[in-house]
Amino acid sequence: MSVPETPSTSRYEISENPEGGITLNIHGNMGAANAGQMIDELTALLSDYSPSSLTVDLEKVDYLDDFGTLVLAHLRKLVTNGGNGFYVINSSDKIKELLSILHFDSLDEKMSIEKKRSSGIFIRIGEATLQHISDLKYAISFIGSIILSLVHICLHPRSLRTDDTIRYMQRVGVDGLPIVALISFLMGLIMAFMSSVQLEQFGANIYVASLVSLAMTRELGPIMTAIIVAGRSGSAFAAEIGTMKISEEVDALFTMGFNPVMFLVVPKLVAAAVMVPILTLFSDLFAIMGGLVVGVFMLDLTAGAYMSQTIKTLELFDVFWGVLKGGVFGVLITWIGCFRGFQVRGGAASVGQATTSAVVSSIFLIIMCDSVFSVILRYWG
Amino acid sequence: MGSKAIIRVKDLRAGYGEDIILDHVSFNVYEGEVFVILGGSGCGKSTLLKAIIGLIEPRSGKITIDGDEVSVDDDTTLQKILRKVGVLYQGAALFGSMTIAENVALPIREYTSLPKESIDVLVKMKLGLVNLEGYENYLPSELSGGMKKRAGLARAMALNPKILFFDEPSAGLDPVTSAELDDLILYLNRSLGTTMVIVTHELQSIFAVAQRIIMLDKRAKGIIAEGNPKYLRDHSQNQFVKQFFNRQADEKGVVSRGSQ
Repeated sequence: MSVPETPSTSRYEISENPEGGITLNIHGNMGAANAGQMIDELTALLSDYSPSSLTVDLEKVDYLDDFGTLVLAHLRKLVTNGGNGFYVINSSDKIKELLSILHFDSLDEKMSIEKKRSSGIFIRIGEATLQHISDLKYAISFIGSIILSLVHICLHPRSLRTDDTIRYMQRVGVDGLPIVALISFLMGLIMAFMSSVQLEQFGANIYVASLVSLAMTRELGPIMTAIIVAGRSGSAFAAEIGTMKISEEVDALFTMGFNPVMFLVVPKLVAAAVMVPILTLFSDLFAIMGGLVVGVFMLDLTAGAYMSQTIKTLELFDVFWGVLKGGVFGVLITWIGCFRGFQVRGGAASVGQATTSAVVSSIFLIIMCDSVFSVILRYWG
Repeated sequence: MGSKAIIRVKDLRAGYGEDIILDHVSFNVYEGEVFVILGGSGCGKSTLLKAIIGLIEPRSGKITIDGDEVSVDDDTTLQKILRKVGVLYQGAALFGSMTIAENVALPIREYTSLPKESIDVLVKMKLGLVNLEGYENYLPSELSGGMKKRAGLARAMALNPKILFFDEPSAGLDPVTSAELDDLILYLNRSLGTTMVIVTHELQSIFAVAQRIIMLDKRAKGIIAEGNPKYLRDHSQNQFVKQFFNRQADEKGVVSRGSQ
């Protein structure tokens, strides 16, 4: 007996015996390829009879597997619903062995798979609350271990993994520069264009330069840069650490005596804290260039006038403030990305969730943090 | 043993990047046999397996399964071949977001027209075969390594394929579970006539299940022995084959040199 080549159709012969029962002769294969078809055909065939008993003759069956067993169980269900007899005859030893291993006799009783019952709404609310509390605890202890690692690095600067840090600097900063530059350039272009529509009415074209430069350096530059970095690198951090968690690499680090936070988080943190401010500076620069393009080509300003207005508007503090924000955002993105990565449990789907929530939480925190900065500046500056 | 060659590998050359791992590899697997591919670490066992099931493209050579040539580019033929094949991966490769029952039901639901209740019964039977009754609603992450492997086997044989491939089935299993898996392999082979191709280096498992083996070697980049494992153990002239079957370290090995 071997697995059949193609979905060969089976043939059936039905004979009625004097006591009112019928005998069903099945020829051919009873396997995965034709089980569904057989069930349909046999149901239709037997619906014409209402036999007192059904005897299935398997003498001419070449192949029978668990799909075939299923067909037999279905036949049994069809006739025994009315309390009638069901018999299988002339089955080979192999088929007998298979039927006994598959517990054919008790097959009906364990028909469907019961789904796990979901618990009540109050239990779920309670569980979710407890989950959030434990998440919060973990988030705080995670901050604690980051701070401890940073203190350790300050005391022993050589324990910083320099190679990793430089690699992450390249990934966060250098590799992210083109997209940051392009988006900032376009932002500057759009802002200059939109504001010029209004300012032109008052003949105040030159203030386009002030508006673009001030808005970008103080607010939009750091925010746009941070959002791009969150999308590029925050998600990557979460996915990387999450996958390492699943493949027990984090456990391996731990048992080798490395502090996973020191090993995995600190290089990323340092890289982001250094590179996001630099990216912010580039973002400012490209946005101003975008505004300049609009100013020169659409508003009849000279490049010199535009630039001198920009320089007149901007104070060093504005640039510094934006860069400072960039640094803080960089730290936030890394913290959230790594935190979500370490929270991964189970399988691939969990990594996906961690990545999504890393990006969403970082963007939320970036905006939150930015409003805190605005409040501070309002009352302090 | 059937006489028809169900897998034919001819003059296969495979490798990654600059490295050629297998060269001039030719062999046949016959219908209904338990065939074991073995060899030391890094000899290309898994590469060979991947080439046979069309996961990697060989550099040259020809592989046919049941008369159809395996070609990474010919999607229609490959699909036809893959329907005849089930693979149990080393880490079981169960989908983590689905329960065990859903994992096993996936191919059945996709490729047959059976109603849902019948699929449930089938899934129960399959899981019963691999001794996992009652674990239908568990997620893979809630199972032990051996249970995952058995669930992976239940999924691999969901559609009762003609050929089952096993990548290191005993890796990470305790001897009892490993022996049970061997029995299951033999039982499926006997009762359904499924051809089994097993990649392993577990000696006990090899002697328990293998009817015929090929042994690959890293240095030879190909087959250094072919035949019945017990015969090879007792009669092979090849030094490496003898060492392998008798579980001896290399004479030039670090440990033996250090102890002299």
